[in-house]
Amino acid sequence: MKILRITVLPLSLLFLLAACEQGADSDGAAPWSSRYTPLPSVATILQGATVLTGTGERIDNADVVMDGGKIIAVGPGLDAGSMTVVDAGGMWITPGVIDVHSHLGVYPSPQVSAHSDGNEATAPNTAEVWAEHSVWPQDPGFVAALAGGVTSMQILPGSANLFGGRGVTLKNVPGQSVQEMMFPGAPHGLKMACGENPKRVYGSRGTSPSTRMGNVAGYRSAWIAADDYRKKLAAAEKGRGEAPLRDLQLETLAGVLDGEILVHNHCYRADEMAVMIDIAKEFDYKISAFHHAVEAYKVADMLRENDICAAIWADWYGFKMEAFDGIRENAAILDRAGTCTVMHSDSAIGIQRLNQESAKVIGAAAKVGIDIPPERAVRWFTSNAAKALGIDGVTGSLEPGKMADVTVWSGNPFSVYTKAERVYIDGALVFDRHNPDVNPVTDFSLGTSALHGGAQ
Amino acid sequence: MRTTIRMTATVLAFAASVASAQTTAITGATVHTVGPEGTLENATIVIENGRIAEVGTGIRVPAGAEVIDASGKIITPGLFSAMGQIGLSEVGAVTGTNDAVQRGDDFSAGFDVADAYNRRSVVIPISRIDGITRALIAPRAGRPDEQGNSSRVLSGLASVVQLGDSGDYLTRHGVAVVVNLGETGSAVAAGSRAAAIQELRAALADALDYRRNKAAYERGDWREYSVSTADLEALISVVEGDRSMIFAANRASDIEIVIKLASEFGLSAIIIGGAEAWMLAHELAAANVSVIIDGTANLPGNFDRINARLETGGILAAAGVRVAFGAGAQTHQARNITQSAGNAVANGMDWDAALEAITLAPAEMYGVAGEVGSIETGKSADLIIWGADPLELTSYPEQVFIQGESIPMESRQTLLRDRYLQTDTVKPPAFRH
Repeated sequence: MKILRITVLPLSLLFLLAACEQGADSDGAAPWSSRYTPLPSVATILQGATVLTGTGERIDNADVVMDGGKIIAVGPGLDAGSMTVVDAGGMWITPGVIDVHSHLGVYPSPQVSAHSDGNEATAPNTAEVWAEHSVWPQDPGFVAALAGGVTSMQILPGSANLFGGRGVTLKNVPGQSVQEMMFPGAPHGLKMACGENPKRVYGSRGTSPSTRMGNVAGYRSAWIAADDYRKKLAAAEKGRGEAPLRDLQLETLAGVLDGEILVHNHCYRADEMAVMIDIAKEFDYKISAFHHAVEAYKVADMLRENDICAAIWADWYGFKMEAFDGIRENAAILDRAGTCTVMHSDSAIGIQRLNQESAKVIGAAAKVGIDIPPERAVRWFTSNAAKALGIDGVTGSLEPGKMADVTVWSGNPFSVYTKAERVYIDGALVFDRHNPDVNPVTDFSLGTSALHGGAQ
Repeated sequence: MRTTIRMTATVLAFAASVASAQTTAITGATVHTVGPEGTLENATIVIENGRIAEVGTGIRVPAGAEVIDASGKIITPGLFSAMGQIGLSEVGAVTGTNDAVQRGDDFSAGFDVADAYNRRSVVIPISRIDGITRALIAPRAGRPDEQGNSSRVLSGLASVVQLGDSGDYLTRHGVAVVVNLGETGSAVAAGSRAAAIQELRAALADALDYRRNKAAYERGDWREYSVSTADLEALISVVEGDRSMIFAANRASDIEIVIKLASEFGLSAIIIGGAEAWMLAHELAAANVSVIIDGTANLPGNFDRINARLETGGILAAAGVRVAFGAGAQTHQARNITQSAGNAVANGMDWDAALEAITLAPAEMYGVAGEVGSIETGKSADLIIWGADPLELTSYPEQVFIQGESIPMESRQTLLRDRYLQTDTVKPPAFRH
């Protein structure tokens, strides 16, 4: 058996930094670092499928080889050797689905108030909270998302606050703790929110912010404090002055200014995105993605020029004033402009079918003569999503050396009749539609659900 | 039927608007009648005075008729949104544009949202260009909000509207009384679902009593009732079986109570939600209780929906239960009932049954199947010409007809789209219109 082995792609600087963190405990892991270990896998060849690589390429009648948790090769007529062979004839293969905006675990099912852990809506700036400290790993939504082909997702705090806190990127594997799900080396996100939510939540309490200008003053004041904190820390390191008391809130914001934490900014309106970009310029940080960017299509060029992804729904509109101008062609116009376009869910139901949401855009675009082939649309929930999360060096496309995070579909993923057949995470089969015995069932579902061993 | 996904645009231009007074023939399409004739290939539909005069193969096109060549296309009946607040809610979070929930105790069963309907809502063109031609408009289920607005156990009257521009918007007024059970019922009653059931029983018993003793009651010579006269009037036709009762219920035990009440009071019962209805498929079929479900809601969102699953539509339809989609596709996203239907097919529902669930089934539930729901002679000409499989999300209506009129395939979303598809940057977008 001869399999072409290609050197693993170089990891990003962020990954190296993460690996060098100090303070490892007896199990070798630094506090708050990932304890994820891939599930057992065997060398596998998926044969004869239509492969959408996530890089914009479509390869018909192709094989995908996975070994040691990595993608080894993609192409037609690869040697199966002694590997486990999966006949994927008639099926389509894509990189595993990645959702940049999920609240699984922090707003889990059932949505009882005892589980409502996504919004620390007690102050407009709660940059000090981390979503991973709220994640309930037993959320049945994780398993449902797996059946929708989802292999990774970012869990974000809610949008009540100007600064909602840190988001965490997870591998969609069952874990006893969130640490066992954490995507190794993935940077933290910082959830920020524009517009109606912060001004409504705090304005209704008679506190700041109560207006959009109040929102902006809140962001700017916080960045000034963070910049000062950073400078004091740097000075103390050089022996000039005493180091300030460690401040979790400022530490998160300083992490953004240092380029280690990626900004994920809930922002609906085009004009507000322009304002947020100026704030980023004023304080010299980068916005990774605008989320819920309902009006991104109005400023597609501006987003491209500033290297900001637009993470959007296919067709949500009308549920609030800042969503009044939502259109189904949003992703089509962004993609046509060359803007990094990401399909996100913000929903435990929607995360299960980001492929279908993208199909709506394909249809709407076709109506006005814009052809979006599957190999292009698939990027919206694979490689582009990985880019927004800062993990595109290691996942999000079917390229040799990348993590073998792979979804096998029963057919064209943009057909409503298509379902995820098999899902591999780091080369391990974690979901098989035709063999429920291999699929995870959460503790919560045991004995409560007639579908999962409970009384009917 | 599964058609290959179309990746290229084929936009048919149906230039001429079809006035309802004239005769129109649509020829050459595959017609899913959703009626006794089933699916017809290369069929002709003749429309006269807004109604279907004839449908079939080998039909002669009447002299002088305007002919629309729909060869290679697919025609279905107009889609029917089985639940929602189209025309009652413009912007979800803008209080003044929402009229589907009341504050205070003045009305319960008699709360009639039809008077608040706005046929000029922007949601209507957005919905109908994606195929929605008829919709149920109903009081919204909701717990007390910041303004103190709240549903009731008996939350009011629902009506069926047509989404065309001309004629009476009401297809049928007051087709059902909406009732909240389960967690919402408990929250708006006395903190227990038992209290909600007691409130409902008392109102139905009062309606029966009022019907027998109306004259005495009006003379002031009778006992007090638990609800107002308007509410009693709304409930009389419910206990007479002429008006349906829609029960918002998901938990199997709540659905069992509905079956029991329906039998006890002779109600024409419809379940909305029905997350666990699949567990009672045969009981529901035997009791002739219809179910409106969300084809994509498969999570235990609360303890009423622990056994929610994607196969519900298929299981119910196979058992002979009348099924519609709509629970999760209300108002602004009514157009996504095709996604619910498509997902149900992906999870075991027969394709024709799924199409029926978004056309004829709700028409039957609300007693308007003589008027709409299928492509049959004499019915209103609510039709959609599709380029491909209507349940595929890559498909879209190329032309929609409501009461025989070809509607403008335009909405404020298409206007925004067209403005921002232009890339002329000499002047700001405000000058592009």
